[in-house]
Amino acid sequence: MSFPWAREYQPSNGFTRFLDEKLPLPRLVYNAVGAGYPVPRNLSYFWNFGVLAGVFLMVQIVTGIVLAMHYAANAQVAFATTEHIMRNVNWGWLMRYAHANGASFFFIVVYIHIFRGLFYSSYKAPREMIWLLGVVIFLLMMATAFMGYVLPWGQMSFWGAKVITGLFGAIPLVGEPIQIWLLGGFAPDNAALNRFFSLHFLLPFVILGVVILHIWALHIPGSSNPTGVEVKSESDTVPFHPYYTAKDGFGLGIALLAYFALVFFLPNALGHPDNYIEANPLSTPAHIVPEWYFWPFYAILRAFTVDFILPAKLWGVIAMFSAILLWFFLPWLDKSPVRSGHYRPMFRKFFWFGLIPAMIVLFICGGAPAEEPYVMLSQIATAYYFLHFLVILPIVSSVEKPEPLPYSITEAVLGSDKKAVLGENTTPAV
Amino acid sequence: MTKLLSVRLVAILVGLGFAFVALFAFVIGAYNAATEEAQGHLPYAKPVDVDYSFDGPFGTWDKAQLQRGLKVYSEVCAACHSLKFVAFRNLEDLGYSEGQVKAFAASKQVPGIDPQTGEANMRPGLPTDYFPSPYPNAVAAAAANGNAIPPDLSLITKARGDGTNYVASLLQGYQEPSAELLAEHPEAAPSPGLHHNIYFPNLNLAMAPPLTTAGQVTYDDGTEATVKQMSEDVAAFLTWTAEPTLVKRKQTGWPVLIFLLFATILAYMSKKQIWAAVKPRKD
Repeated sequence: MSFPWAREYQPSNGFTRFLDEKLPLPRLVYNAVGAGYPVPRNLSYFWNFGVLAGVFLMVQIVTGIVLAMHYAANAQVAFATTEHIMRNVNWGWLMRYAHANGASFFFIVVYIHIFRGLFYSSYKAPREMIWLLGVVIFLLMMATAFMGYVLPWGQMSFWGAKVITGLFGAIPLVGEPIQIWLLGGFAPDNAALNRFFSLHFLLPFVILGVVILHIWALHIPGSSNPTGVEVKSESDTVPFHPYYTAKDGFGLGIALLAYFALVFFLPNALGHPDNYIEANPLSTPAHIVPEWYFWPFYAILRAFTVDFILPAKLWGVIAMFSAILLWFFLPWLDKSPVRSGHYRPMFRKFFWFGLIPAMIVLFICGGAPAEEPYVMLSQIATAYYFLHFLVILPIVSSVEKPEPLPYSITEAVLGSDKKAVLGENTTPAV
Repeated sequence: MTKLLSVRLVAILVGLGFAFVALFAFVIGAYNAATEEAQGHLPYAKPVDVDYSFDGPFGTWDKAQLQRGLKVYSEVCAACHSLKFVAFRNLEDLGYSEGQVKAFAASKQVPGIDPQTGEANMRPGLPTDYFPSPYPNAVAAAAANGNAIPPDLSLITKARGDGTNYVASLLQGYQEPSAELLAEHPEAAPSPGLHHNIYFPNLNLAMAPPLTTAGQVTYDDGTEATVKQMSEDVAAFLTWTAEPTLVKRKQTGWPVLIFLLFATILAYMSKKQIWAAVKPRKD
């Protein structure tokens, strides 16, 4: 579906007419990211991050395939082949740094994308399916990133794998057999490394598939926008191309500048020094920490330190998974008729002064050693995290009085007295 | 509607449940923190920051320093520490000629196979060989060093926080534990076979002070071989061994960033031009 005023693809020559008849791929692209897709005219730069996430997925797939040509997934040589890539493979160091930091940038971009969705409640009808698929992508990304971090077979690789697969050991009765089954042994070794490599190669393509579904689902209602007011008329929209291709192009330039500044000048800043020590099952690192993008959830895992009916470890595991899985229910928990946080005074306060500080505290505590005051801070932040999504959000959405919304996107952009000039202004400049 | 209401009701109960357990753990933790004495960390020192030629976005190798560092490694560290990811051929990066590298490699004995008998033997190294290990295996290394295996040094400066400074500081950080430290942390006294070092995280390590006297290594370029000089030189050399492509990386970064900056400015200008028609005029 698209808006009735969406422009139709016109093949311009014999070849494109032939193609359009046999395999209308250009038409698909035209309708997806071309002039045939009308998009709200008021999107802010926060709406760049979907495209950026797609770009970083491609960066990861391309660099990852090249790295896989030189890497050997065998516990005897994995660490050495990683160093072989760094030292002997032409531009191998660039591929590896681009891949390691590409993962970090993929997560930075996706976290901004998710929190944009939370602030503007992009998950609400009619966009529930886009949100649900997005949470699936995020879960797949976490699994992929975790397994990728194991591949260099450094100390953090090994002990991270041990800790994370150990989480399944917390499940009563079947936990230990499940952990052994997942690892293919009693501890991470060749069997685990091999299957992690296999899955690490597979999952990005699964992500790509879900991304296609995510975009497909997006094109049915069309993009949300900062006012949260649905598109009413043609003057509310501009064609994706050239308006948003140009805007995304600029955003991409900024993102790539930041990314390559990190790749070329601080490539190890987001990594852990211990992962340059080869995996040693007999020597436990002083502090086992996952990669930074897992820190908030790692803090939730470690916040449950006291047995209460269930063992503390099981509480931590359930809470960590629930912290992400609860996102699946947001479309049905937040019943406010207004989407955008700009028009929701109570929601906005809880978002900026509750959720964001709690996430920052969880992030810091997740990267810190498991000692005071970090554990206590993460316990308060964990409590707030669950209260925010499961208690505050449903209650606030029923009791708050939203501020008045603009009549339309056009009015929000131009002011109500300028409606007269809209028609001609929306014709694309090129 | 009733169904949706029950979704929210379940959510509120689940949310209160998680929050309660987390806060319960908080209360127990706070009680424990208030009643138990906190265990302090051993007060080890932060590495001293030294300026190296390869620091910063325009850093380059000081090849003379790397050559001096190689000499310190070869004459001192190599007695116990391997350098297994570095090949002799890599030494051309340090400014040595092909002939010098060949001669250097030939001066080292590496494990080989006798072509006549197939027996394992030792043969002179070739440029394609890697630095040989001082011990045949980890068990031998542990046996010769009071059960502490000397780590491979190829990646040591990347495997420690602030690695280059850490290595240089650690080599100069041996001293007797101070009286105040022992008064506060009696466990900081070195047990037999360990040596006190203010930069080592638990303050005592198995490695005996390797650089003890000035002039321990005779530099070919006439630089005075103080302990500080030798420590910094070998730290610089080990930064090169950890990342031989460090300078190339920084030098490649600049054209990439300048190109991207230019492309981004162009993208910004075209974005502005394209949007000019639909943006409200500021009046």
